[in-house]
Amino acid sequence: MNTATTHYPAAAASERIEIRTLCVLVDNEPGVLARVIGLFSGRGYNIDSLTVSETEHEKHLSRITIVTRGTPMVIEQIKNQLDRLVPVHRVIDLTTGGPAIARELAMVKVRGKGDHRMEALRLADAFRARVIDATTESFVFEITGSSDKIESFINLMLPVGLVEVSRTGVVAIGRGPEGM
Amino acid sequence: MTEMTGAEMVIEALADQGVEHIFGYPGGAVLPIYDALFQSQDRVRHVLVRHEQGAVHAAEGYARSTGKVGCVLVTSGPGATNAVTGLTDALCDSIPLVVITGQVPTHLIGNDAFQECDTVGITRPCTKYNYLVKNIDDLPRVLHEAFHIAASGRPGPVVVDIPKDIQFAKGTYSRPTEFQHKGYRPRVNGDPERIKQAVEMMAAAKRPLFYTGGGVINSGRKASELLRELVKATGFPITSTLMGLGAFPAADSQWLGMLGMHGTWEANWAMHDCDLMICIGARFDDRITGRLDAFSPGSKKIHVDIDPSSINKNVKVDLPIVGDCAHVLEEMLRLWRGVSPKPDKKTYEPWWSRIAKWRAKDSLAFHNSKDVIKPQYAIQRLFELTKDRDTYITTEVGQHQMWAAQFYRFQEPNRWMTSGGLGTMGYGLPASVGVQLAHPDSLVIDIAGEASVQMTMQEISTAVQYDLPVKIFILNNKYMGMVRQWQELLHGGRYSHSYSEALPDFVKLAEAYHAHGIRCENPADLDGKIREMIDVKKPVIFDCVVDPAENCFPMIPSGRAHNEMLLGDAAVKIEDAITEEGKMLV
Repeated sequence: MNTATTHYPAAAASERIEIRTLCVLVDNEPGVLARVIGLFSGRGYNIDSLTVSETEHEKHLSRITIVTRGTPMVIEQIKNQLDRLVPVHRVIDLTTGGPAIARELAMVKVRGKGDHRMEALRLADAFRARVIDATTESFVFEITGSSDKIESFINLMLPVGLVEVSRTGVVAIGRGPEGM
Repeated sequence: MTEMTGAEMVIEALADQGVEHIFGYPGGAVLPIYDALFQSQDRVRHVLVRHEQGAVHAAEGYARSTGKVGCVLVTSGPGATNAVTGLTDALCDSIPLVVITGQVPTHLIGNDAFQECDTVGITRPCTKYNYLVKNIDDLPRVLHEAFHIAASGRPGPVVVDIPKDIQFAKGTYSRPTEFQHKGYRPRVNGDPERIKQAVEMMAAAKRPLFYTGGGVINSGRKASELLRELVKATGFPITSTLMGLGAFPAADSQWLGMLGMHGTWEANWAMHDCDLMICIGARFDDRITGRLDAFSPGSKKIHVDIDPSSINKNVKVDLPIVGDCAHVLEEMLRLWRGVSPKPDKKTYEPWWSRIAKWRAKDSLAFHNSKDVIKPQYAIQRLFELTKDRDTYITTEVGQHQMWAAQFYRFQEPNRWMTSGGLGTMGYGLPASVGVQLAHPDSLVIDIAGEASVQMTMQEISTAVQYDLPVKIFILNNKYMGMVRQWQELLHGGRYSHSYSEALPDFVKLAEAYHAHGIRCENPADLDGKIREMIDVKKPVIFDCVVDPAENCFPMIPSGRAHNEMLLGDAAVKIEDAITEEGKMLV
């Protein structure tokens, strides 16, 4: 019944959950990633994926791409909370801020012989995955694409001998000539 | 540009920032800075506390009563970890502090060295920002940047962790002109279009209400003055959070008293029934809103806050304005004066007559006694006997804090120092030490509970050492009063570990500390003994023995809305009033 009778913000469960890709431009200084991650864990926000690397070496700026989920109110909080961290320069919501492209890279190891091996190669070809390591009984494929595509590829590899997967997490950028 | 050691740079930067006092406690990893303090012949006056938590609370009291940045100097390891409660307290209440911590030499960091801890790691979530300085060339910039970050935007505590070898290292000192963090640009001026829209909403409202908070105090003296002018110009009623008391004078006829869990009947009903809520520098905290889905259901809401993350966090508002209270209030006032035609004052008559009915409830009423001191009566007398003096009040946390907020009628900002957000028992005594240091000729009173005060009791020794005549006014009910109240109301009167079996003799304790002790058990003696407390020119511990069974009302029980408030006389019905879900809440 009245589960919402609380002094604390109403439980978000009944609200619509959205998935968003956020780009966060930060000063590349010691502890900056810990600040961002600590914010998410401390306030109970979700991280579906996170990638980080220095992108502007002269200015010591790093770009963090975070895929997160929450109600619209929680997403707004996440953006505002990120934005008020001292080393954060900008927070861009690539899901709502105009057209954007998101990609992920995965390395997928499969092991098998005979038909399984041939099937793995055929599927890899269909997904435009490249062979980057091979032995007589294994392949390592490199595949780039949307998270959905990678997910599908991995699922297909299961029956033909999936051993191990390594994924980068999502990187994303807005379409068109303008920078963030 | 001068050549000097890192330790000397610390003193130089503090002096450059106009710091007159620093609260601290020495130890191995800060000895070079203590040596520099000694050799600079106290260019910055150091106050030796008895525990690092006390140093941070003292700096908070200093900062809140002056509007300046409070400063702390502690050693590595336990020095830093002891400061964590104070840092969290300052973060919750947005108090500007610069806390300098010593650290083991850089080559030992990560080696589990003696008195080593990961200070920046531990303090990252409880500071606005923190630094570990690993290069002497960064030190001057970092020190000045720390002050800038602490004091600007939404204020907060900043930690600067300085390894011992950096304190010894030599470098050139100069006051930097620019900061490294280009991304840090707090927004001060509110959007003019939105302020215009806000004033239009105000002109159209029939049941408007100002709901103000600590942001008005933090914004500075001018914000309080502008708020007063705007409230007068509009004729709207005003209520405030615990943190905002004093921004608007409690004696004014437009003042409805504090709102929230222990707020007045009229303030909470006005929040519930208003058609326009103008929130200035408050953050819709759970102690304020009560049950969220029943919070002020019929109102449009305007929210002015310098921190965008405070907006739409708990309550969805109709018109957010990000900016400093003083700037936004100034613009609101200017535009309001230009509103033509002005809303007829008669517009608000029905609203004021409803408020008058709520006021008639006299929700703070209590049954006084001739035999035992009622805590509310004690605060009333304290107020009457100190109101014409230059008085500052600090508190601990619990029932006494709520009674102080209800019955001490603050007229001016920066006179009320209490731990609002974190609710830190043990805040008030060290905070009073900081306040008294900043205002040596003023009357500084810590309204305390006997449980809270024992958490930082040792700081009375600091007060004695520096001739700081603070008055520790203990409402002694022998219980952790608020815990006892909740146990009575929510847990069937099972008083699990909320009774202090062995209290010290506070009068003898005062004497042991070379302070002055007073005990009062009889209501008839109260005035005389309060006068004695005021007249004694040294620290006083006043043991005011009060009714142990008194509860703090009004009260919005857990899980209830503003219009479901309980009054003192309704006490017997409280158990029925609280739902099973409500019992889950704190």
